[in-house]
Amino acid sequence: MELNYQGAMTFIQTAGYAIDPAKPSVCFVHGAGMDHAVWTLFVRWFARNGYNALAVDLRGHGRSGGTALESIESMAEWLLGLLDAVGVAEVGLAGHSMGSLLALQAAATGGAKVRKLALLGFGYPMAVGAPLLDAARANDHAAVDMMTIWGHDAGAQFGGHQVPGLSISTITKRRLEAARPGVLFADLNACHTYAGGADAAAALACPVTLILGDRDRMTPVRGAREFAKTLQKAAIDMIPGCGHGMMEEKPEQTHKALVRALSV
Amino acid sequence: MSGPRYPGFDTLSLHAGQRPDSQTGSRAAPIYQTTSFVFDDAERAAGLFGQMRAGYVYSRVANPTVAVLEERVAALEGGVGAVATASGMAAIHLALATLTGQGSHIVSSRALYGGTHNLLAYTLPRFGVSTTLVDPRDPAAFAAAIRPETKLLYAETVGNPRGEVLDIPAVAEIAHAAGIPLVIDATLTTPWLSQPLALGADIVVHSLTKFIGGHGVAIGGAVIDGGRFDWEGSGRFPQIVERDMGLNELDFAEDFGPAAFIMRARLEGLRDFGACLAPGNAFYLLQGLETLSLRMRQHVANAQAVAEFLASNPAVLQVTHAGLPGHPDYALAQRLMPRGAGAVFSFELKGGRAAGRKFIDALQVFSHLANVGDAKSLVIHPASTTHARLDGEALARAGIAEGLVRLSIGLEDAQDLIDDLARALSVSQK
Ligand SMILES: Cc1ncc(COP(=O)(O)O)c(C=O)c1O
Repeated sequence: MELNYQGAMTFIQTAGYAIDPAKPSVCFVHGAGMDHAVWTLFVRWFARNGYNALAVDLRGHGRSGGTALESIESMAEWLLGLLDAVGVAEVGLAGHSMGSLLALQAAATGGAKVRKLALLGFGYPMAVGAPLLDAARANDHAAVDMMTIWGHDAGAQFGGHQVPGLSISTITKRRLEAARPGVLFADLNACHTYAGGADAAAALACPVTLILGDRDRMTPVRGAREFAKTLQKAAIDMIPGCGHGMMEEKPEQTHKALVRALSV
Repeated sequence: MSGPRYPGFDTLSLHAGQRPDSQTGSRAAPIYQTTSFVFDDAERAAGLFGQMRAGYVYSRVANPTVAVLEERVAALEGGVGAVATASGMAAIHLALATLTGQGSHIVSSRALYGGTHNLLAYTLPRFGVSTTLVDPRDPAAFAAAIRPETKLLYAETVGNPRGEVLDIPAVAEIAHAAGIPLVIDATLTTPWLSQPLALGADIVVHSLTKFIGGHGVAIGGAVIDGGRFDWEGSGRFPQIVERDMGLNELDFAEDFGPAAFIMRARLEGLRDFGACLAPGNAFYLLQGLETLSLRMRQHVANAQAVAEFLASNPAVLQVTHAGLPGHPDYALAQRLMPRGAGAVFSFELKGGRAAGRKFIDALQVFSHLANVGDAKSLVIHPASTTHARLDGEALARAGIAEGLVRLSIGLEDAQDLIDDLARALSVSQK
């Protein structure tokens, strides 16, 4: 669906379904430079199994207009407002990478709005190395290459994944190439400078599942493990042999983890 | 840049699409000789049927051995995905059928493999799809032939038998200015000599039967999606940008982003037309693919040596190979395919049809048959085989001289090929 929200055309993938206030809702938020399509299998499953399923395109990403927001806090506020605008009162919220930071922030500041939280490819703090930030600032293709390569397990370069016939490394590359100039830097810089994690952890009331790949090179699991210790109700769902891009690398395991984490 | 690197071509040729089998550790890609795959439970079955879960259902639509080949070919071409098919012709049909329908129009190079020419000129019109054939050496002719109902531009990297080299960047620009994709048959060059997607093409088709399989033992094909074409912006492809209630309620562009085309080719094209590749054939083709660059180096080096020999032989009127400086596309070939313009080319013998027959019958290393791209050297004389029914005048209209001979140069010692040709050339002139 598309709506005009905060002055920009805003796209939400719902697998073609209208939002039904009588159903529970789940919402998915993509990572840096990405868009809704990383969630397609999961949106389709939840949509056909009794939920309103929404995968947003953040401002300036995918099919949404406007310029990209520059902080995790402003993205979280934007998301909470968007859920209000489409009539979603309560939500199971999942975010990947940058999306996991803003999902965390939204859950902490949204009161009872976030019923359950799933953080995928999560790490806090989410420091981004200078070479990647510099390349992204310059809109240099090297940034795309670094994210494509580090964004998956080393073995994932060779593929052999669960969706037949697709080269997920090249798909990731094309998605990042499609990001508008400046978007990748805005996103990575927002991750790099986000400092609200500890406060958010203290304020969180809902159950949290961290869905992690044990071979994640972008946000290594140690950071997520340490952070989980600061949460009251946290479970870790570890996917073996998986890098940062679990939705593409291990869609079956990710599906099961998301169903465990978000089901009502 | 000191950043991370992607794996190189040879590494991908060996590894892309497969990691050792987790159950058994099998290093070679196992042949999953099965029609169908057991569902864990009813819930997963529903998920697989509804495109909500990842995995295998039925080998017409996807098979794990075939998927290794698909991913490997996609990786070598720099594509987001591939669908393997029962033959090269099935790949061409699948690509065209995914993009066209009743009333559609295609603009194609007229330098085409004969089977493709049949499909475009005679068979597709029965299904309401018409084609305008243009000179591949004239990119402006592609532009001039585009109509509102044109769905794609089509051409081969290198023509056969005349070796026309397509200026892919120029034709891609014309296609994109009109909002239509460029589809390239790259069979004769393989990704080792030319990567059309990197040059601007949108979709690549291959007959894997030829150099990619490389050993003349299995028929197969593949369609590869570059993942860059703007389907939404084009406005010519409702089947890709609108939700299809008859196809699982999928909106391919919205749901699959860069993989929109190739997902439709699989989920509609393999489901409904059914020209899937058999797993055993996928295995044979994978064996060949592992050594693609090693073989192609020898194919093009041998072809160059043979072409140069022929060019200096008094029984030869003309050699048509884009790797020779006298060829009209020599400079273009040097720019677009610096590793070589392939190993299939033709030459014209003095003495016409009769000399052609004598020549063919005198060869001992070259095999006389209707194929190209085998590890073994091949030869055919169109005027006495594929075009035997045409008289001299009709042959000339088809651009084929009576003394024209087509060679596909294999991996033998170049000197043995040259000796064989020298002997047969001298017999042909007696
Ligand atoms: C350039 C080209 N394309 C396509 C084909 C068709 O391939 P197949 O015989 O695998 O159907 C051929 C076969 O000779 C070919 O040479």
